[in-house]
Amino acid sequence: MKFIELKNVNKTYSTGVTALADLSVEIEKGEFVFVIGHTASGKSTFIKMLYREEKPTSGSVIVGGINVAKLRNGRVYKLRRKIGVVFQDFKLLPKLTVYENVAFALECLGASSEEIRPKVMKAIEIVGLKEKVRSFPHQLSGGEQQRVCIARAIVNEPKLLICDEPTGNLDPDTSKEIMKVIDNINKDLKTTVIMATHDKEIVNRMKKRVLLIEHGILTGDYLKGSYKSHESA
Amino acid sequence: MKALRIIGRSFRDAFKSVFRNFSLSMASILCATITLLVVAVSLIIAGNVEDVTKNLEKELTIVVYLERNATEEDAKFIENSIKAINNVSNVTYKSKEEWKNEMSEYNSSYGSIFDNYSENPLPDSFVVYVNDVNSLEKVTSEIKKLDKIDSAGYGKDAVTTIVSVFDFVEKITVVIVIALIFVTAFLITNTIKLTIYSRRNEIEIMRLVGSSNTAIKLPFVIEGFVIGILGSIIPIILTIYGYIIAYEKLNGHIYVELIKLISPYNFVFYISLIIMALGALIGMLGSLMAVRKYLKI
Repeated sequence: MKFIELKNVNKTYSTGVTALADLSVEIEKGEFVFVIGHTASGKSTFIKMLYREEKPTSGSVIVGGINVAKLRNGRVYKLRRKIGVVFQDFKLLPKLTVYENVAFALECLGASSEEIRPKVMKAIEIVGLKEKVRSFPHQLSGGEQQRVCIARAIVNEPKLLICDEPTGNLDPDTSKEIMKVIDNINKDLKTTVIMATHDKEIVNRMKKRVLLIEHGILTGDYLKGSYKSHESA
Repeated sequence: MKALRIIGRSFRDAFKSVFRNFSLSMASILCATITLLVVAVSLIIAGNVEDVTKNLEKELTIVVYLERNATEEDAKFIENSIKAINNVSNVTYKSKEEWKNEMSEYNSSYGSIFDNYSENPLPDSFVVYVNDVNSLEKVTSEIKKLDKIDSAGYGKDAVTTIVSVFDFVEKITVVIVIALIFVTAFLITNTIKLTIYSRRNEIEIMRLVGSSNTAIKLPFVIEGFVIGILGSIIPIILTIYGYIIAYEKLNGHIYVELIKLISPYNFVFYISLIIMALGALIGMLGSLMAVRKYLKI
């Protein structure tokens, strides 16, 4: 069975807007996939469905063997523990230091302090922020804040890393660095990465699989694809 | 082990949150304090009213006078008939001789009056006790239907007025207490909602990293519990000292000896326990409602 499997997924919001229409796609373990499309194309809904922030109206969404569509509210946390999520706006807790922000994810799960420390330090090292462990978010640059967010997402060693426009608020050079971090996580930790983005340059440079969603319909699935193939399509 | 750690951290977070959002917490603590104080006063009034009513009810009896020509057999028959009436709990016989002796003892001039009579002029009588004060009237009218009854009565107007006034006071206090409990719960709910709003990022991250719903709710429920307990401290102190002082100042009764106050020991502690439990319960319920509404859980 594939790691992620969406079959005939439809999503219509209560307002009557159709976000996704008959979308089917499969993603293997360890893949790096870009999801591209215009604003309001449905890519955010697609991403949110993977971590059960949205439920499909019909069809099945299977992530790591769990049928997300049938998951009861009280069980969602079981799915979330297998997934790390990185946001465009970082969502860091302003009153906690870098260390505490990353540790927070493990504390919530009831891990002991002895368990937490080495895992947090390892995650912070992976994103290259060892020197800033004691800094507070407002003392960091945008790129550094995004690194903290990534460290928090991977500290629990998830099988899947979902990135929702992680470079949306960053300048091109910082974006490059962040992409390097995410790429390394994908290669070194074998973590499956699914990333929604607008950034043409990143997609073109990295030559990864690209899913193109337009008006809620999956109109392109390119291996080693890029925006160029999108434009020509 | 994990669960214990989560509970431990929830307590830590709850206390942190109470003190970090001190002005906000203070508002709901004060709120709880004021309402719980009124609840305490209402409970004290309700408790005393109930106690006085019960004592009064015990003293309410129907006095039945027999006709003078009634024989001993008649008296026996009447006694059995009265006992058979619904709601009658006890019937005691008081002969005319007993009346005479009692009255003579009470005032010696009665004795000299009785000496003028060759025969005892008083009637034989029964004192009838009932289970339910509200049945006094019905039982009395039933008794009146029996043969050889001269009269039966229970001081109708005074008694019914007292009973209905106390009934009313009791009902009002119950309504006030229930209304106040709702108000407090509502206010605590709103305060917790504000705390939750200021911590929505934290909650969102907790949800995303896979905290179970219980683990997310727990700190808030504990926070409500802490607010409720802190809010009950002043009402409890005031209840204990206030009631003891009032009891001593009033010598244990209001206006007349008949309206006795409940003696303060144990009573104030019961009330304090109720207030503390109510505070904690309302706090927890209030925050649970707030969390439910604000979290998609």
